[in-house]
Amino acid sequence: MFTPHTHADVEAMLKTIGVEKVEDLFKVVPEKNRFPDLNLPQPLSEMQAATELDSIASANATTRDFISFLGAGAYQHYIPAAVDNLLQRGEFYTAYTPYQPEISQGTLQAIFEFQSLVSLLTGMDVSNASHYDGATAAAEAVILAYNNFRGKRAKVLLSRAINPQYREVIRGYMQANDAIRIVGDDPETGIEPNLKNLIDQIDLETCLVMVQYPDFFGRIIDYKPLIEAAHAQGALVAVVANPTALALLTPPGEIGADIVVGEGQPLGIPLSYGGPYLGFFAVKNTLLRKISGRLVGETVDTQGELAYVLTLTAREQHIRREKASSNICSNQGLMTLAATIYMTLLGKTGFQQVANLCYQNAHYTAKAVQEVPGFQLPFKSTPFFHEFVVLADENVPELLAHLQDHGILGGYDLGKDYPELEGCLLMAVTEMISREDTDYLTDVLSEVEHA
Amino acid sequence: MLVPEELKYQKTDEWVKVENSIATIGITDYAQDSLSDVVFVEFAIDPDDEVSAGDSLATIESVKAAAEVVFPVSGKILEVNQILTDTPELLNSEPYTGGWLAKVHVSDESELDKLMDSAAYDAYCQDR
Repeated sequence: MFTPHTHADVEAMLKTIGVEKVEDLFKVVPEKNRFPDLNLPQPLSEMQAATELDSIASANATTRDFISFLGAGAYQHYIPAAVDNLLQRGEFYTAYTPYQPEISQGTLQAIFEFQSLVSLLTGMDVSNASHYDGATAAAEAVILAYNNFRGKRAKVLLSRAINPQYREVIRGYMQANDAIRIVGDDPETGIEPNLKNLIDQIDLETCLVMVQYPDFFGRIIDYKPLIEAAHAQGALVAVVANPTALALLTPPGEIGADIVVGEGQPLGIPLSYGGPYLGFFAVKNTLLRKISGRLVGETVDTQGELAYVLTLTAREQHIRREKASSNICSNQGLMTLAATIYMTLLGKTGFQQVANLCYQNAHYTAKAVQEVPGFQLPFKSTPFFHEFVVLADENVPELLAHLQDHGILGGYDLGKDYPELEGCLLMAVTEMISREDTDYLTDVLSEVEHA
Repeated sequence: MLVPEELKYQKTDEWVKVENSIATIGITDYAQDSLSDVVFVEFAIDPDDEVSAGDSLATIESVKAAAEVVFPVSGKILEVNQILTDTPELLNSEPYTGGWLAKVHVSDESELDKLMDSAAYDAYCQDR
């Protein structure tokens, strides 16, 4: 046990405050609850404990035990062994941004590289050094837009084709703000790829329009008309983007997005039951002063040598705390490093190859699934990246249970979040899925139909 | 330190000049010197807004600090010096001319009586 005080320290402190023994400090707790008998098992040796923990852990199923078509915001990609190896170097192994930049040049340089890579990928001018995950980064985009107009524009339009969990987090972040109105993701506005119903709601009250790219259903939609319509009304546009897809698609920055956010997990971070993940956040130069979080800049020191510093920190936590528009004063330092190492190891060509494999495998699988009687692709007229919607004749929860019995995680049941998509399944296919995997999937699906 | 005689001042280092009920407002030479290099000005108001004395006008960020600018008078905003958004350094080089922040149609000129004249402000700064 780690205890910072010696027996003599404790005695001295007790004496100072006039208490006889430590137990007396807990007198306010009712006696029957004060020192309950915890009925714990006998202590174990390290070896015994390791064996017991192993046996508990082996009761878990992981994606390694399954062929997984689960996506819906978190994606299984191959992570080169070097990522973990470099990540665990003692010099890097901290979850936080260093507060003493002059002695943390290596960490700051890695963060600077991360920002540069995110800017390049998204087609934006500036990136911060991350948020906790994609959903909280999306919520920060709403905060930025609302404050950009100093509360004078209180309407936020969210596309219904944004990850439902992201929309929930945004509403959670905004629940204490009675002025803000978050609309546009209702069933009436719908999920039509022409976006007409959403565009019609953009007005002079709108501070932000947010869409997802590819959208939650994997569809690739041309957002240019929406962005132009938003800008015509003076509103900002935020795009929630999948970083792997950006290796192939036109970056949102090139079609006029003001803010690009997203989940960085696909960049070399394991699924890990939901975290720790990584939110990325990038903006156009005009919004540079409005972004929260950490920012590292490159400069030269007094000797003219290259140096890295935390920059623009006067803005939020340090000096104008009471004026800060966001309470974010931390980031996912270790995860930004993982993403930086992943992208650097793959390089531009390798990263494009991963994205291309995802695309090709997903299209092979979609075609194969569609050929199984009883399965259709309801959105097949819209291009997609590595995720697609399948409409099944079968009851979806039963279908998923059946697939799981055959070692397949079949996908995400969309009926839970979208009543209009009852009977639909969202399937993701990455470079981890081989043709054999897909062929096995269609075999099992065919059996379902015959059963 | 420059303290032009024709202006009025308040303790938080804003100056104001009133002509035909129109007040031009800025920060003083003392203020810009204390802040050092100004890198960013963020306005808290837009033209046509109604403001009261004491309301926030802008936040000025320098390499050293971030400072709040507050209105010395009440009234309606006529103009905001948007040039400062791109060239905030004007606040350092021309605090009393090109670096003005906002023009206000003054609703109550008696508020000016509460402000300091140049001699009083000068003395106030000498003591700080």
